[in-house]
Amino acid sequence: MHFSMSNFGLYEERIKHFDWSVAEKELEYRDGNVLNIGWYCSDRICLKGKGDKKALIYEGFGGINKEYTFNDIRIAGNVIGKFLRDLGIKSEDRVCLFMDRIPELYLSFLGALKIGAIVQPLFSAFGEESLFIRLENAQTRAIITQSKHLSKVRKIRDRLPNLEFIIIVDYATAKKLETREIVFSLDESAPVDNIEIYPAVAESPSVLHYTSGTTGQPKGVKHVHYSIIAQYLTTKWVLDLQDDDIYWCTADPGWVTGTSYGIIGPWSLGITQCILDAGFSAQAWYKFIEKNKITVWYSAPTAIRSLMKAGDEIVREFNLSSLRHLASVGEPLNSEAVIWSIKMFGKPFHDTFWQTETGCIMITNFPGMKVKPGSMGRLFPGITGAVLDPENYEPITEPGKIGLIAFRPGWPSMMRAYWNNEEKYREKFKNGWYLSGDRSSIDNEGYYWFIGRDDDVINTGGHLVSPFEVESALLEHPAVGESAVVAKPDEINMEVVKAFITLKPGFSPGPDLELEIMNFVRKKLSPLAMPQAVEFMDKLPKTRSGKIMRRLLHAKEWGEEIGDISTLEND
Amino acid sequence: MTDLYNVRNKNLNYLLIMEDIKELIRKYVTNEYLEEGEEITYDTPLISSGYVDSFSMVSLLVFLENKFKIKIPPSKATPEAFDSVNKIVDLVNQFINK
Repeated sequence: MHFSMSNFGLYEERIKHFDWSVAEKELEYRDGNVLNIGWYCSDRICLKGKGDKKALIYEGFGGINKEYTFNDIRIAGNVIGKFLRDLGIKSEDRVCLFMDRIPELYLSFLGALKIGAIVQPLFSAFGEESLFIRLENAQTRAIITQSKHLSKVRKIRDRLPNLEFIIIVDYATAKKLETREIVFSLDESAPVDNIEIYPAVAESPSVLHYTSGTTGQPKGVKHVHYSIIAQYLTTKWVLDLQDDDIYWCTADPGWVTGTSYGIIGPWSLGITQCILDAGFSAQAWYKFIEKNKITVWYSAPTAIRSLMKAGDEIVREFNLSSLRHLASVGEPLNSEAVIWSIKMFGKPFHDTFWQTETGCIMITNFPGMKVKPGSMGRLFPGITGAVLDPENYEPITEPGKIGLIAFRPGWPSMMRAYWNNEEKYREKFKNGWYLSGDRSSIDNEGYYWFIGRDDDVINTGGHLVSPFEVESALLEHPAVGESAVVAKPDEINMEVVKAFITLKPGFSPGPDLELEIMNFVRKKLSPLAMPQAVEFMDKLPKTRSGKIMRRLLHAKEWGEEIGDISTLEND
Repeated sequence: MTDLYNVRNKNLNYLLIMEDIKELIRKYVTNEYLEEGEEITYDTPLISSGYVDSFSMVSLLVFLENKFKIKIPPSKATPEAFDSVNKIVDLVNQFINK
């Protein structure tokens, strides 16, 4: 396969006359038209004559393989949409997808959107408390899940009066169905060739992804169907997907990358994509690329660093010559990883920067453009960005000076609200700018250089973890008196969770208690939120007004200057 | 004869202890990481199957170090070395009695 030119072309040309109408025209969308992502990702591709083209190549653990054409995913979306509609699910009802990366997850996404429901994808490794908080906040009406995750749902359903339907896609007869539980089998359902597609318009809500902040509970980021305009174009220009590509996005659709670029982007372009639903192993990943002749690979720095750790020899055992474009997202991609990928695959990983709230890639290293290893790249055309002075929220014009990464609102996939949380939403805007919460500098060629978060949120393996959420969970453990949670540096995951803990009277610190606390958080929240280190303290550093000085503990972990400690309590 | 008997007895004890360790680890993994109704054998892949993810592997490492009073260096605590109960037992065996 030979590709002479990227979809993107020259940066200077693209930014000169840019308008989002480029994507609208290609998608044959006009202002005011019906715009339904579920239809665009399946029915429209079939109408374009690609119904027989492969849409999904799935491999589960243990050699389970399934393939679906675009016509198959169109019909499957109809089947699921009809099933939900027959239950009484209406437009804007929240339908949670709580599954591993099985085909039903991807197909339910289309089906729920086709009937106008709002899809709420959640990471299947979430523990019951993480699940409860998000379902309660969204007042979710139905959850689609697997037998293996049913016990978590059963533990919390009585506290969720709005959750009317618990739909199990792989029901095993050994288990007795309980209240509100319904069985659904895609394989055993009769095909549905046509259903009435919900006439969503640009501003109709589509997807609700949850993200964590420093304080308060996780926030539901509301997106709308018009987001497809930006997701389509960024997929085409940044990931450079072309008609005969075989694409692999390693992200889980429980997170925004897995929906924006693991479903909407590739399928709105009619691209074949591969899914590997198995745990990480370097050998399995390389084998998957070789077997499926993957050409475009979108992954994450944590995975890339894990592959680096597995060594160079194993790379040489596989024929990976099909790869032609590599990209990365989730956290800053260190220059060593870029240089390593050039050495091993003959091409660099292209870093991309964006967030749950932005819905699409905002800053990136474009195909064909000079990659500066360690840099996030340049702004996507149509995005107005800057780094702001944290004192007055005015753009910094001096190259190399650090400020807050901010964007002018108005791009198609920008979040429209935090679900039921207007106050938090407003806090994200200052002086007419959307504040990303990240800091960087910009060099004299317009390349952004990531510095770090502007708050206490922990970025572990590309996922944001709220210290507040972990501290709240810790306090529910019978031995924990007080806790403070900070990021700890980590070679593979960039940051991991560390907990400082004081114990209640009658409890003694020790390795067994440390393990018990780790597992307590893992099961309650998720493996990502589990403290990978616990330090027991006699007392936590506090201000004179009694507030825990998390900053001091963070500085200790990172070997940084402690700074002003004039407010530190001293007794 | 006595020497041969002792050697045999010692080996038998060793094998019994290893069987106990194996079962202890299998039970721990089953109770802590598997969902209801899931079962594993000593050879079931744990990491590459997705039963234990890379984050949870850290708590498994802490369990092994606590239980067997050993210290496993990060270079040895790889996903490959943790990929089944049998492999974990091999790893633990390298550090027990050192």
